[in-house]
Amino acid sequence: MNDSLSLIFISTLLTNNFVLAMFLGLCPFLGVSGRLNTAFPMGVATTFVMLVASLCAYGLNLLLTYFNLDFLRLISYIVVIASSVQLVEMVMKKYSPALFRALGIYLPLITTNCAVLGVALFQTARDYNFTQSLAFSLGGGAGFTLALVLMASLRERLQLSNVPTLVQGTALSLILAGLLSLTFMGFAGLGGGG
Amino acid sequence: MSLPNQANDAITFDTFMEGIWRQNPVFVMVLGMCPTLAVTVSAENAMSMGIATTFVLVSSCLLVSLIRNLVPKEVRIATYIVIIATFVTLVDYLIQAVSLKLYEALGAFIQLIVVNCIILGRAEAHASKNPPLKAVVNALGMGIGFTIGLFALGGTREILGAGKLFGMSLFGDQFQPWVVMVLPPGGFFVLGGWLLLFSLLRGRKEARAEA
Repeated sequence: MNDSLSLIFISTLLTNNFVLAMFLGLCPFLGVSGRLNTAFPMGVATTFVMLVASLCAYGLNLLLTYFNLDFLRLISYIVVIASSVQLVEMVMKKYSPALFRALGIYLPLITTNCAVLGVALFQTARDYNFTQSLAFSLGGGAGFTLALVLMASLRERLQLSNVPTLVQGTALSLILAGLLSLTFMGFAGLGGGG
Repeated sequence: MSLPNQANDAITFDTFMEGIWRQNPVFVMVLGMCPTLAVTVSAENAMSMGIATTFVLVSSCLLVSLIRNLVPKEVRIATYIVIIATFVTLVDYLIQAVSLKLYEALGAFIQLIVVNCIILGRAEAHASKNPPLKAVVNALGMGIGFTIGLFALGGTREILGAGKLFGMSLFGDQFQPWVVMVLPPGGFFVLGGWLLLFSLLRGRKEARAEA
């Protein structure tokens, strides 16, 4: 693929939004999107991890291809992601303990966020070069944050409205996500699709 | 995970059934959503994904359970992840060798089995505390429960969105497919619908228990 940088960015941000079009990173999407003031930092933290993971994955991939060790790719990616999450966790604990407590279990769970591993795997599968990977991971992170913030705002609104008890909880969130996803399909023409 | 941490090693019927019904990963715990929604555009994809996940789940739970007393507590998660990643790589190459068509349909989602919360969740909550045989039985139940969930979703989406099941046309040529069901939003809607159905059933059961 030989896409321009802006095209990659826009398409991962809107057209192929990680959460709403490719179903990556749904666990935090449904888990942390209850409140706006945790949703945004979570998005930023995930974006940062994505960026680090993407850069490391790019370097690792070169190394692995050079030594003909393709089968180790998955294992090494996951180790890289786990360590960058650890890094974010330590930084956050030091500088913003309140936020650290608010995010709770979802912070270490960034490791098992499909979106992060997804970035690393997709950029390898599509043979992106260094700058393209950078644009891809930034777009993916921004898209994730956007979806998370939108969802959190919607759910904060919903807390004030009268919903039948039957629908409350995950079912409602999923239907909301479906509607959001439907809206994002409106961007399909932008950037020439996938 | 609300599993009571009991030290009994007996394998009961519930060890197996837990994953299929009471703690069904798709409908009750709502875990492992990414593959659940992404690959369930057709019943065939859903089944293959379910089987692949079950294989990884059972083998990693077996290994985790075997080494449960050797791994220091601090590095256990990392160890589990590496074990899981190893089995996923195995499955990845296996599917590539057996069916290239399937491999292309599932794409990166085979490798993304690594980050399926169900597997890590089972390894941490069950396999690391129980003897191998029990862990395997439980993992098998979970895997089957996951496969059933995927199949329910994939089947519904394929029937509504393409009028087919396992590629066979069901309604003849007159059928207007409900295309949105095989597109991303349909995944959310169908899973939302199934969850509604389950909470409806649960509500009825509770009402009956109270009456």
